[in-house]
Parts: sequence; C-alpha cells; structure tokens
Amino acid sequence: MRYLTDRKRADGLGSAKSGTEHFWHMQVSAVALAILIPLFILTFGRILGAPYEDVVAYYSRPFPAIVAGLTLIVGMTHFKNGAQVMIEDYVHGFARKALVVGTVCLSYAVMATGLYALIRLAL
Amino acid sequence: MVQFSLPKNSKVRVGKTWPKPEGKTIRKFQIYRWDPDTGENPRVDTYFIDMDKCGPMVLDALIKIKNEIDPTLTFRRSCREGICGSCAMNIDGINTLACIYGLDEIKGDVKIYPLPHMPVVRDLIPDLTHFYAQHASIMPWLETKTNRPEKEWRQSIEDRRKLDGLYECVMCASCSTSCPSYWWNGDRYLGPAALLHAYRWIVDSRDEATGERLDELEDPFKLYRCHTIMNCAKTCPKGLNPAKAIAEIKKMMVERIV
Repeated sequence: MRYLTDRKRADGLGSAKSGTEHFWHMQVSAVALAILIPLFILTFGRILGAPYEDVVAYYSRPFPAIVAGLTLIVGMTHFKNGAQVMIEDYVHGFARKALVVGTVCLSYAVMATGLYALIRLAL
Repeated sequence: MVQFSLPKNSKVRVGKTWPKPEGKTIRKFQIYRWDPDTGENPRVDTYFIDMDKCGPMVLDALIKIKNEIDPTLTFRRSCREGICGSCAMNIDGINTLACIYGLDEIKGDVKIYPLPHMPVVRDLIPDLTHFYAQHASIMPWLETKTNRPEKEWRQSIEDRRKLDGLYECVMCASCSTSCPSYWWNGDRYLGPAALLHAYRWIVDSRDEATGERLDELEDPFKLYRCHTIMNCAKTCPKGLNPAKAIAEIKKMMVERIV
C-alpha cells in the first residue's frame, strides 16, 4: 500500500517522449511486406520442390535472391517490433523485459540464419 | 502477466430470486450485486418487473426495482437524458448509459453488470478515481501564451466544426472500460476517453500548447497502446469515435518526425 495521490498515480513516471519512431517503422515495414510477401510467394513457389541444383541456380539470379533477402530482413524486423508490442500488452514486470530481449535475440538469429543460408545458395 | 480469470473472492455466485409479481408482461432482470461490508463474493440477484407498470428505459427499471422491490440496490444516476454520464453500466453485454438504452433493444432476460475491469465500490458503481485523474492529466482546458484578448478568443466556423464529435463526450467511461488495452494496461494507457479529450484540445485552433500536449502523449503506453480495436467507437452511447481521434493524434505525431 502506497499513499500516492490519484494524480501522481495517473502521471506515473511521465512521458517517455518516444514511441512514434516505433509506430512509424511498423507502418513502413507493413507496407513493404504487403509488396514483398506476394513477390516472395511467387518466386519461392516457382522453385519449391525442384532438385537442389535447380534451386541453387535459381537463387544465384539477383531478383529471387534479393526478394528472399529483403523479405527475411523486413519480415523479421516487423516481427521484432510487433512481438514487442504484443509482449508489452500482455506481460508485466521483469518477465516483460526478459521476453522483449528474448524476442529481439530470436528475430536477429532467424534473420542471420536465413541470410547465411541464402548467401550459401546464391554465391 | 495479464489475469484471464477472476480471483477467488470475485467469482460471481447465484444470488437471491425475488418474488414474481402478477401481470401479463413480466420481464426477468439479472443484476450484479456486491456489498463490501459483508465480505461475501459478488452475486447475481434476479428480479421480475411488470413492464406495463414500468418506463421504457433500463434506468426506469432500475429505479422501479430500488423504489418498489429492493431499496439496497445501488447505482449512480442523475440527469436521465444521457448528458451527465453517471449511469454507465454493462447492459446486455454492452457498456452504455442506462437512461438512454431502451428495454426494447434487449432480447430475453436483462443482464446488468457494472462497467468491466474497474474496481467496484458497490453493486453497479465502479471506482472511476484513476479514470478521472487520467482525464485531469491531459490538461482539459484552453492553454494560451498570447495575452488575453479584450473580448473572446476568436475561432472560425471551420475551426469550430473540428470540435464536433469531440466536445460531446460526457466522460461516462463506457469506451475506456470496453477497451482490452485499457483492461491490461489501464495504469499507464490513458484510454480512449482521455485521449479523445486530449485531441479535443490539440485540435482547438485557440489552444497554444499543441507541442507540449503532443510531447506529453508521446509514450509507448500513454498513447500507443491503442491498437485500433474499435470497441470504443462501437460502444460509445453518444455515437462518438474515440479511435478516430486517437488515429488523428498518431498522424500528428508522425507529422512531427517525417
């Protein structure tokens, strides 16, 4: 029990003076994904199930490789930002911070793994 | 972590069923009751009303129950015409004002609960202390730096029109208490009502504290917990659209950085 005035409780620690950058990046990455995801499905779908040599040859071409790379980078960045918002919504206290750190690490790990695999195929 | 189930002392049990009166048009009312003095869990009491002897609105039925059946039933009410915002409660699953919600709009039994996810003072009365403090925190008044004019602060007809759909809010808390983001983070998220009022002053052509107001709102929790769920706009008994006002604030925020 703390003896705080109602106004002090409502004001809390004051404004963080941030949040708009996060919001704006989510908007931009959402628009980018609206273009990239159909392109990725088209390019990836065309080669799905093909023999290994054909896949390597296909991803040696710039367009499918760049589309796949951009989808990975933008997609995982969007996931990182979106998951952070979701965690902030539902989890409180230390668990919130721990999960946000975990999600950021996971996002970059998936991004790096995907890019490594793509580079192995493309080069 | 967000709590998805009620704590043990908040589980609602079946309460008292009051005798059925004589009459042809009897309607059943199930009403949430909780008395902090008894230390008991909340309960849902059942009342029956002869609709031939009752007014058309939900508040008419509540007043009839209090006057004629159970004087211990507690609820807030004042103007009886949707202006004061006192009688906001959850009726038939919708947060609204009992005084302007017609009983003919409800099919079957009438179920009445207090506004959701707020501490209950007693029966249908929620504790709105924090809600009002949040409203106060957005500085709901005209802030000016220019010397006061000899007559009034002038405003064009077009600029005055921008306040329509904003100034009508009666602070009934129906919107904020219908918002899941406010349920989970109401301690830090200002909620649709306070943000609608914030926008009302931001967009006011006479106000000279636009930057400071936006600075105060720029926060991942105060403003950006709004995910455009739109429950606020759906439930508002005055037909206002707080979600649109919040979106306008976000647009202004982006305007400042891009």
